[in-house]
Amino acid sequence: MYVAVKGGERAIDAAHALLAERRRGDPALPELSLAQIREQLSLAVDRVMAEGALYDPDLAALAIKQARGDLIEAIFLLRAYRTTLPRLVASEPVDTGHMRIERRISATFKDLPGGQILGPTFDYTHRLLDFALAAESEAARPARQSLPAVPAEPMPRVAEILGGEGLIEDAPADAAGAPGDITRTPLSYPASRDLRLQALARGDEGFLLAMSYSTQRGYGHTHPFAAEIRHGRVAVEVVPPELGFAIEIGEIAVTECQMVNQFKGNEAAPPQFTGGYGLTFGGAERKAMAMALADRALRATELGEEISAPAQDQEFMLSHADNVEASGFVQHLKLPHYVDFQSELDLLRRLRKEWETRREAAE
Amino acid sequence: MSAAHPGYNFAYLDEQTKRMIRRAILKAVAVPGYQVPFAGREMPLPYGWGTGGIQVTASIIGADDRLKVIDQGADDTTNAVSIRRFFAKTAGVATTTRTTEATIIQTRHRVPETPLQAGQIMVFQVPIPEPLRWLEPRETRSRRMHAEADYGSMYVKLYEDIARMGRITTAYDYPVMVNGRYLMRPSPIPRFDNPKLDRSPALMLFGAGREKRIYALPPHTPVKSLDFEDHPFTIERWTQHCQRCGAGDSFLDEIVIDDRGTRRFVCSDTDHCDARLERRSAS
Repeated sequence: MYVAVKGGERAIDAAHALLAERRRGDPALPELSLAQIREQLSLAVDRVMAEGALYDPDLAALAIKQARGDLIEAIFLLRAYRTTLPRLVASEPVDTGHMRIERRISATFKDLPGGQILGPTFDYTHRLLDFALAAESEAARPARQSLPAVPAEPMPRVAEILGGEGLIEDAPADAAGAPGDITRTPLSYPASRDLRLQALARGDEGFLLAMSYSTQRGYGHTHPFAAEIRHGRVAVEVVPPELGFAIEIGEIAVTECQMVNQFKGNEAAPPQFTGGYGLTFGGAERKAMAMALADRALRATELGEEISAPAQDQEFMLSHADNVEASGFVQHLKLPHYVDFQSELDLLRRLRKEWETRREAAE
Repeated sequence: MSAAHPGYNFAYLDEQTKRMIRRAILKAVAVPGYQVPFAGREMPLPYGWGTGGIQVTASIIGADDRLKVIDQGADDTTNAVSIRRFFAKTAGVATTTRTTEATIIQTRHRVPETPLQAGQIMVFQVPIPEPLRWLEPRETRSRRMHAEADYGSMYVKLYEDIARMGRITTAYDYPVMVNGRYLMRPSPIPRFDNPKLDRSPALMLFGAGREKRIYALPPHTPVKSLDFEDHPFTIERWTQHCQRCGAGDSFLDEIVIDDRGTRRFVCSDTDHCDARLERRSAS
C-alpha cells in the first residue's frame, strides 16, 4: 500500500472548518463579543496591541477571538494587518509628563511631588481564587470610576528630580533627524538606542522578562532601582503640514518605567546614576519594567562596560526578541523536510558503512 | 482563474514595498551571491514558511505570468498548495504544475528535474541565508568575512569533516562559491540539485523573509560546490529506480510502507514523474 504523506486542498479546507468549530466551542453557550474581550480581558488586549505594534483595542479583541486566545497568534494577526496600512503621518513625541495618571509609584523615594498613586494593581492582592467571580454574580459590582483629569502642571519624573543634583546622566540630547524605523529599514548592528527601544517595545514579554531576570541574577548585573512607574492616558498630537501647529487626535493608554542604575564611572563619565527606559501600550507593567532593564543592559557598550552576558549583547537580544519571527521559525519544523532528511539518510548510511568497514579492518 | 482579491493590492504587497524589493533584487542580480538586506514585511503567512520567497514572487509577478509552487519537489504538499492559493487569490494569476509551462517557479528545498529554460525565474524560500552562520553566529563578523572573501574557516570545517569522518558531512544546503567571489547557501536543497544551479539559463532569486535578505544568481552564473581535489563534491545516489515512473536519474523520496521497514522509492519531483508516465502511456 502506498502511504500518501502529501496533503492537498481538501485537507486544508477541512482543517480550517475544524478550526472554526473548535474556536466557537460549545454552541449552546453565548458567543463572546469583541466588546466583552476588550473590556474584560483588557490586559490581553494591551499585550496584543503592544507586541502587535498597533494601537486598536477593537482589532486586538478581534485577533484574540480569532486566535482562540492564543496571544502570540493574535499578535501575528495584528502585525500582518498593520503592515498593509498606509503611513499617513508621524505623531509628535507623546508627553508622559502630562499623562492622566491612574497609577504612579516610585521605589526610590518615600514621598515625592505628585505623590504615590497605587491605582489598579494586582500587587497587593492575595492570590486566592475569587469564587464570587465564578458565580458570575454582579452583586458586588464595583462602582465605575471616572478617569483623572489632565494635570494642569506636568507631574515631574523621578529621574528629573535626581537630575537637579547632577546625580543622573543628562537626558539624551535629541538625536539629529527623525528616529529610525525597524519596520522600514532592516536592522543592522550595532543598532542605536532608538532602534533598540523599538525592537524591545515590539519584543516578546516572556523573552524580555527572562532576559531582564538574568541580569538580576548576575548575568550582566546593572544594579537597578525602579525610579518610577506610571500608567495612564496620554494625548497623541500631530502637526498637519497644512496647519503647521500641533492638534490632538486622541488618547492612548501607556505604561512608562524609568529604572535608575548605579554606575561607578570611568574615564569618560563621572560616578552617577544611569537610566533604562521602558514604554508600552496599555497596562503592560511587567513588560515595561523588563524592557527598562533590558534597555539598560544593552547600553553596556556606550557606557564602556564589558560585554559578558547575553542580555548585554545586541545581536543576541534584538535578533531573538520578536515572537512573530521566533514562533514562525520554530514551528516551520512542522513543514515537510523529507528531501533534506533523505539527504541526511543517504549520508548517514554511507558514514555507517565506512565506519563498519574500518572496524572490520581493525579487527 | 478568479479575479484578484478586491480588498488588497495586486499580489498583496503595496507598490511602494514592491519597488523597494525590486531595488534589492536588482542589486542582488548585479552582485551575484551577495546578500542584500531588505526591509522585509510581515506577511499573512508565518515566518519560516516562505515569506521571503512570497515577497520576491509578489514583487516580480505580473498578470500574464504562470506560477508553479513546489515544496519538497511536489506541487500538492500543503504549504505549496497554500502559497499557490495565496497568489491565485491576491493576484488572480494562472497557476500550473508543469515545469515547462511556468514562468515563475517558487520552491522550497528542490530544483525541478526538468532543465530550466531562459526566461524562467526560480524563487527559492530561504530559512538561513548566511553560509557562515554555524561557524560565526554574529552578523557583524560574518559580513566582514564576506567583504574580505575570508572563507578559510569554511574550508577548514570541510577539511575537519574529512579528517574525522572520511568525507564532508554536509548533506543539504551545501555551500557554493558564486562567480568565484561570494560564498552562498543554495537554501536547503539536496546536494543532488547543486549542479543544476551552475550556469543555469534561468534567473534564480533567493528570498529570506525573517532574516530580511535577498540574493540572486543571474542566468549563466558559474556556481561551484566547495570541495577538494582529492575529495571531489558528490551527490546522493540510490540503488533503486522510481517505482512509479522507473526514472533512474531523479531524486527519490523514501516512503515507509509498513511496520517491517519496507521502503518504496518514488520521484520527489511529482511533475517530472507524471510527465514520464504520460509519455510512456502515449507511446
